[in-house]
Order: sequence, then structure tokens, then C-alpha cells
Amino acid sequence: MEFKDYYKVMGVAEDATQDEIKRAYRKLARKYHPDVSKEADAEAHFKEVGEAYEVLKDPEKRAAYDNLRQGGYQPGQEFHPPPGWDAGFEFSGGGFTGADAAGFSDFFESLFGAGSPFGPGSRGAGFHGAGARAGGAGFSMRGQDHHARIQIGLEDAFRGVTRTVTLQVPEVDAQGRVHTKQHSLNVKIPTGITEGQQIRLAGQGAPGMGGGERGDLYLEVQFAPHPLYQVEGRDVYLTLPIAPWEAALGAKLQVPTLGGPVEMKIPAGAQSGQKLRLKGRGLPGKKPGDAGGDQYLVLQVRTPPARNDEDRELYETMAKKMKFNPRASLGVGGGS
Amino acid sequence: MPAEKTTVLMLDEELVFTLRELSRSCDLAAEDLIAMVEEGVLAPRGASPSDWRFPAADLRRVHTALRLQRDLGVNLAGVALALEMLDEMQALRARVRVLERLLD
Repeated sequence: MEFKDYYKVMGVAEDATQDEIKRAYRKLARKYHPDVSKEADAEAHFKEVGEAYEVLKDPEKRAAYDNLRQGGYQPGQEFHPPPGWDAGFEFSGGGFTGADAAGFSDFFESLFGAGSPFGPGSRGAGFHGAGARAGGAGFSMRGQDHHARIQIGLEDAFRGVTRTVTLQVPEVDAQGRVHTKQHSLNVKIPTGITEGQQIRLAGQGAPGMGGGERGDLYLEVQFAPHPLYQVEGRDVYLTLPIAPWEAALGAKLQVPTLGGPVEMKIPAGAQSGQKLRLKGRGLPGKKPGDAGGDQYLVLQVRTPPARNDEDRELYETMAKKMKFNPRASLGVGGGS
Repeated sequence: MPAEKTTVLMLDEELVFTLRELSRSCDLAAEDLIAMVEEGVLAPRGASPSDWRFPAADLRRVHTALRLQRDLGVNLAGVALALEMLDEMQALRARVRVLERLLD
């Protein structure tokens, strides 16, 4: 496992005060919070910062970590905790929350995780430690809800699709060790789903304690980026390139839609940027008969390249005969 | 291992929760949810708590609110403000994404 420099992660000096550490944490937490941030690897950053703060905010853990760090480890360097590294520290209890420690690194786990003097259950009455013993003691609690994301193609959202979702589920064996077990579920994604929508799978979350019911699993649906279409709610946008003569004279064209190609009339005198609507050709509603979305075509007039003398002659003839000044609204004359 | 079949509930715009159902679904005391309504984090339809109907999307709103409170140390009024701004930013980002693609 790699050594982690928690001071570097939080961007604070080694002799930072607890207040400075707290301020640095709040600032980084705001920057990388997965609910707020749009940074690409926000979630990984957020976890890293949370882990660093978990150690540095607690004077006891911080002292133990500082002691270890004096050994001259570099970030990323191969690391194994030296035997007895935590000897000589006293643990007064309280402070360790155990919250979300599951997402922390092996480095953290080996130093401060379960089994270490800092681990849950060893200091005061950590809630998690208490829960594990609560089996037959007349205490029951509903299992935690789990959250996951699932990405589907736009075509799948249009037609509906059944997807197999594989989850890593932690399980505790008879010896008290934690293993992850794969758990597969067939999830039918109904038609009419929109981006960001959640699906609830009852009873597929963590098991309850002391006979409590299982938590639920929430899946958030995301659409994979599509090479042709943009989606807004149930409406679908497509940029439609057309030739200048199709724009000027009008045309009947085939255009792709999620349900297959359809024939479409471009009105004469069309311009770049103009929007045309194909009613009811977007993502469908939830039930047959529900109003679905529309498909919008945004016209984009493409200029044919003048590849040879004949092409150039055609353009020159147009320039002479058509008396067109595209910049009339700017109050300047036509080109020569 | 064969995949198992399971009951699926779409949390879409047609689904609503009562206070009790929402409280059970997000494992949070009704009093905490009432406080969220009072601060404007949630805006159920209906006059009194027993008539309240929450859109299913509020479930995620509650989860986000709890995370913001826990991780960033903001109070409920701050959460309400943050959520409003996040909604607005999300709408703007979606709009910008579409417009950018159309300008290419």
C-alpha cells in the first residue's frame, strides 16, 4: 500500500492549528462535494480529503500519524506499518465516528481501522460497535439504503431495457471478517425514463440488524453521451446540416429519429439556427397515450467548398447575379 | 449466479409520498422533515402535515440535504439556499450543453 501525506492532501502546514485544519477541510469539502462539484474526479478527491481530515482533526490520531511521518515516508511510497507503531499512545475514547470509513484507503484502514486501537468499538461506545453486538438484545434497526448509478444508452431509454446490475455487497462471515460478495439483479428500466431519475428497488439495500428490514437500493439513471442527439427532459435535439439550395428552395429530407428515419419538409427560405419541431418524436411518456417529448431539428447551412474552376464560376455567377448583402443589418456595404 | 428478479419503483413525477412514507423511505424522523419544510428545503402540496404530499424527487433532495449538513456544516437555511442554486445551475448547465452542441 502507498504512504499518504495527509498534510499535502489538505494543503496545510505540518504545524497547522486545529482551526486551520478545520477551515481547510470546509473549503476543500465545498470544492469537491459530489452534490455540489462538477470537477471530474470530485468524488475521489472528496473521499481523500475526508480521510485526511478524519486523521488530522483528532489530536490523538494526528499525533500517532505525525510520529509515523517523521520516519521520512514520501507520498506514494510503498508502506507497511512498522510493528508497534502505535505503542505509547493513549486513547481517551470518543471522537471517532466511524462514519463512512468504509470508503477510506487501505493505508487508513491499516492504521486506524477496525482492529487498531483507534478502530470503532475500541474507544468509548462507538455506534457501529454497539450495533454489531445488538443481535438478540431486543434492538432492531432497518438496514441502510444503498445508492448506485447506472448508465444506459438513449436508444435503451426510448425502447425500455432490462439490465443486469452487479453490486459488491460486503458480508461478515462467522469469523467476523468482511468479504465482498457479488450480487446480480435484473432491473427492468421502463420506457419513459428521463435523465437523473431514480429507481427504487425495495429490500435490495443493506440487511437490517436484530430482525430489522432490509434497506432499499436506489439507482440513478444517466444517459450515455450520444453521437447525434442532445436531450433536455424528454425533448431530443439534433443538428441537421443542409445545403444552401435546400435552405433557399425548400426540400423534403429523411432525418434520423430515435424511432427510425422520418420524412421531413424543410420550408423554402430556411436559415441556419432555425428550429423545426417533429412533434412526439422525442422520448416517450410513461404510459402509452402519455404526451412524450418532441424532436427539434436545428438547421445548419453548410457551404459547399469551391473545389475546381467550375465550382468557382458558379459562386462568381451567384455573387454577380444575386445582389446579396448578408451584412446589411450592420450598416456596411456588400463585398466586391 | 442467476440474477434475481426484483420489484422496481420509478421515482417519477407521478409518484407522491405522504409524510409517513417519506419518513420511512429516508429513515428520518417526521420532525426533521417538518423542519425541512419550514425552512423551504421541501415544498409539499397540501395544507397540514397530515395532508402533505411530497413528489418522489424529494427523496433525493432529503438525501442531498443530509449530506450537505453533515459534510459542509451548513444549517437548514443554508441547505435550502444551496439546493435552490444547485437546481438553477443544473438547469443552466443543461441549457448550455445543448447550445454548445448546436453551435459546433
